[in-house]
Amino acid sequence: MADKSMEVKIIAPDRVFYEGQVSFIEFNTTEGIMGIYPRHIPTTVVISPGVLKVVDSEGEKIAALHSGFAEILGDSITILAESVEWPDEIDEKRAEEARVRAERRIKDSSQDLNRAELALKRSLVRMQLSKRV
Amino acid sequence: MASMRDIKRRKESVQSTQQITKAMKLVATVKLQKARGKAESNKPYFNMLYETICSILAMTKNVNHRYLQETDNSKKAVIVITSNRGLAGGYNSNIVKLITGGDFSKEDYIYAVGKKGIEGLARKGYNIHKDYSEVINSPLFSDATQITKELLTQYSMGEIGEIYIAYTNFKNTVTQEPKLVKLLPLSEDDFEEREVDDKLLMNFEPTPEEVLDLVVPKYMSNIIFGAFLESVASENGARMQAMDSATNNAEDMIGSLSLKYNRARQSAITQELTEIIAGADAIS
Repeated sequence: MADKSMEVKIIAPDRVFYEGQVSFIEFNTTEGIMGIYPRHIPTTVVISPGVLKVVDSEGEKIAALHSGFAEILGDSITILAESVEWPDEIDEKRAEEARVRAERRIKDSSQDLNRAELALKRSLVRMQLSKRV
Repeated sequence: MASMRDIKRRKESVQSTQQITKAMKLVATVKLQKARGKAESNKPYFNMLYETICSILAMTKNVNHRYLQETDNSKKAVIVITSNRGLAGGYNSNIVKLITGGDFSKEDYIYAVGKKGIEGLARKGYNIHKDYSEVINSPLFSDATQITKELLTQYSMGEIGEIYIAYTNFKNTVTQEPKLVKLLPLSEDDFEEREVDDKLLMNFEPTPEEVLDLVVPKYMSNIIFGAFLESVASENGARMQAMDSATNNAEDMIGSLSLKYNRARQSAITQELTEIIAGADAIS
């Protein structure tokens, strides 16, 4: 396993979020949570809100990854994230407020359900992560 | 020769104009620095997105998707990014020229961002379909997403067959280059050639259609947003340059006016002296 690693780039519109050699990566897609080891078959997947887990030489890192898409090639992975944050960047109070707001919106069926559901998922991921720290 | 008073008045007016252009230049310089920083921080994402789209397209064969196929509808939509304010040298007119000189008919839809572009194109009889001028004052990513949504709806309904964007690429402080880029349909020829192993084809999860449905709008809104940022930087760069040369011209004019003024004053003194001497001669 030791020699097997892949190059991972996680890029957000305003910064390069992460760049490095990684032996394992896990994130949530529209098809469910996906864990990827090096030499994966070329795949493009759409990301849905979830916890991103990266294992590199320094150990395991987690972050909240909300939307975007990932291009998986055998030896490299590029994640173009629209929104991604490390646990210490998350504002727990705001996430909690967003959760309540999203839940209210879901109850009130006249609102845009898809959007509210996504917002709820995002806030849950944020809260889950910020509690772990 | 103009009278001393006239020259003096003219010189003062040039001087106050110079003060204005100098101040405008300073303002443009500060704004340019801000805009440039923003444009540069967006570049890695923008480049990566482009690269990824290239490699996805190169590895995708035989996928029928409405965003990838040429349509028989020849109606075009073009997003034209200019500024809301003038006095920026050739910045706005270059973009207008790009449209009038390009392969566009007057019926094509113009999605205008920037008042100066609207003025220029409307005068020439182009069809301004939508006006998003407010956006360019401080471009947000959500603005780009909204324009993308609107265009894609039109595209899906078959109202338009091709989408272009005209913006000014910021190369450096002195060079800005007007650019016309085709956004849709995406064709492989428009992207750089990639060497790929033919046996390795890209897999899409859940399906190619759904992934492309999601990726293409993202790609478009990013290009549009990137174009906003580039254009704002270019606008301020162009204005800075225009104001710099205006300030220099004013300096030259003040120089030659001062010379004229001094000559006029000297000749007035000489004349007065001659008159006094002539008067004194006549008495004695």
